[in-house]
Amino acid sequence: MEFVQFHPTGMVWPPSVKGILVTEGVRGEGGVLKNSEGRRFMFDDIPDNYKAQTADTPEEGWRYVTGDKNARRPPELLTRDHVARCINREVKAGRGSPHGGVYLDIAWIKKKLPNAADHIKRKLPSMYHQFKQLANLDITEVPMEVGPTTHYTMGGIRVEGDTQMSTLPGLFAAGEAAAGLHGANRLGGNSLSDLIVFGKRAGDYAAAFAKANGAVRVNESDVEHAVARALEPFERGASGENPYSIQHDLQDMMQDLVGIVRQESEMREARERLAGLRQRAAKAGVGGNREYNNGWHTAIDLHNLLTVSEAIAIAAIERKESRGAHFRDDFPAKSDAYSTFNYVIRKGAGGEMTLTPTPIPEIPAELKQVIEENK
Amino acid sequence: MAMRAFRLWRGQAGVGEFKDYTTDAGEGMVVLDAVHAIQASQALDLACRWNCKAGKCGSCSAEINGSPRLMCMTRLDELPEDKPVTVEPLRAFPHLKDLVTDVSWNFEAKKKIKAFTPRPPDAEDGTWRMQQEDIDRVQEFRKCIECFLCQDVCHVLRDHHKHDEFIGPRLLVHAAALEMHPLDTADRVGELKEQFGIGYCNITKCCTKVCPEHITITDNAIIPLKERVVDRFYDPVSRLLRVISGK
Repeated sequence: MEFVQFHPTGMVWPPSVKGILVTEGVRGEGGVLKNSEGRRFMFDDIPDNYKAQTADTPEEGWRYVTGDKNARRPPELLTRDHVARCINREVKAGRGSPHGGVYLDIAWIKKKLPNAADHIKRKLPSMYHQFKQLANLDITEVPMEVGPTTHYTMGGIRVEGDTQMSTLPGLFAAGEAAAGLHGANRLGGNSLSDLIVFGKRAGDYAAAFAKANGAVRVNESDVEHAVARALEPFERGASGENPYSIQHDLQDMMQDLVGIVRQESEMREARERLAGLRQRAAKAGVGGNREYNNGWHTAIDLHNLLTVSEAIAIAAIERKESRGAHFRDDFPAKSDAYSTFNYVIRKGAGGEMTLTPTPIPEIPAELKQVIEENK
Repeated sequence: MAMRAFRLWRGQAGVGEFKDYTTDAGEGMVVLDAVHAIQASQALDLACRWNCKAGKCGSCSAEINGSPRLMCMTRLDELPEDKPVTVEPLRAFPHLKDLVTDVSWNFEAKKKIKAFTPRPPDAEDGTWRMQQEDIDRVQEFRKCIECFLCQDVCHVLRDHHKHDEFIGPRLLVHAAALEMHPLDTADRVGELKEQFGIGYCNITKCCTKVCPEHITITDNAIIPLKERVVDRFYDPVSRLLRVISGK
């Protein structure tokens, strides 16, 4: 659960689109990242293990994005976690853009291409229209403001690899809800293939399971308990605590303390604050009726949001290394000791979360062969 | 930030009224941001459907100052500041609650249109060959995000409630995308005349005007389909030819 991916380039301005992705395609077409001093800062921090595959000069980077097979990729196209951290560092160092991001400039390619404006509009039509319509900003003329945005959870429900069934018989999960397929850092495009392949498998096996096992026998008192719990926000009514405020505070807190760059003291503070937020969530109230009531839905969701947040914090504290999307300021290197297991979180006897290091199974021989053949 | 006044439709199952709210309206905000701010602070149980906030999912359709628009793509600074901004649900479909309408009729009506029926592959490897200009023609129709603003503004559905006899602009665009597809072999011209009620459209072009994807609905989709219907059923020469050839 500790692996949460941040996409490096989300929009930070205008507010209406804050957090919405600016596709990697902008960088793939030659877009460059610059700080407020106009410096292409990605050239300043290229990890050693990527040096051999990364361009030395802007000139070589440009040749790569225009299809030169002998050129190496520009540093803007390094892994998402690395680019996100670099942007984060520039902003924290006071070299960010006015709205707390950095500049992503695709307009500069007009120095290289005769019909750059048309080229940009043809290759990136929705990016062009979105900035034009919502920010009065012509990306063929001026740079965009972008910053890291929460994007994808690699963790999730533990499922059996073939059937997608969880440890709870009859509960199936696939895609972002399921864990394990994308390791510590998902690669671009793999979510769609995940959904198509394992979504179908989950459906097939869920149907087979339902046919073989028949209708579920429901424990009436469990149902009554769940109903009572769901309706609690109405009992507290409009005088209860505002569920939207609790959600916003939870988001801000997790972003600050368990975000892109993590450290033990901050994450321990996050766990204390989670306890406080849980107490507030227990007082969340809402008025109105049960039909399409967004406030009620938010009040019910809080329980799940808090559970997921706590699982992320617990696992992130225990993993005392940096790997994939999980980066620790206090343990910035990858450690072999942590490469052989995943942290599995279960509900303990008293309802508390328990964390168990669980060995990662050996890669089957036939898959090893596929990897070797594609090397 | 400046405070601005809003009048949001509140109520359930068609019964309701405008309620007044004020909220901060900062630079760069759209109507959906203001509705969310009101929901989070003053109207916790407000029903509002939304998803992508980027004009691509078609969920936040509403009537803003009387015009069908996407809430996420309507900037506050383009609306008159001296009057409250009014936000109402789509009126051409059954009302659920507040700003939310049940648009499921559109999905049911869509099922009546014959699905894509490609000709057998052109090459042995199972692939086809198409001309670029044939592809470009239907590409415009594929931009549709199914926000149903065109259905909402169409007087045949909105005012005359011909939902049983007329499929509306969105679904005529869908039919056009299939009919004009270079690989498709199905024939929908008879249904367009009889079941889909294309004759009800009197080309006022209101649908084209409200389309957030700027699809030229009337000129590029509906009129060519009307021409096919006319050619088939009303052109005396081709009728005569059909009688002679027995087709």
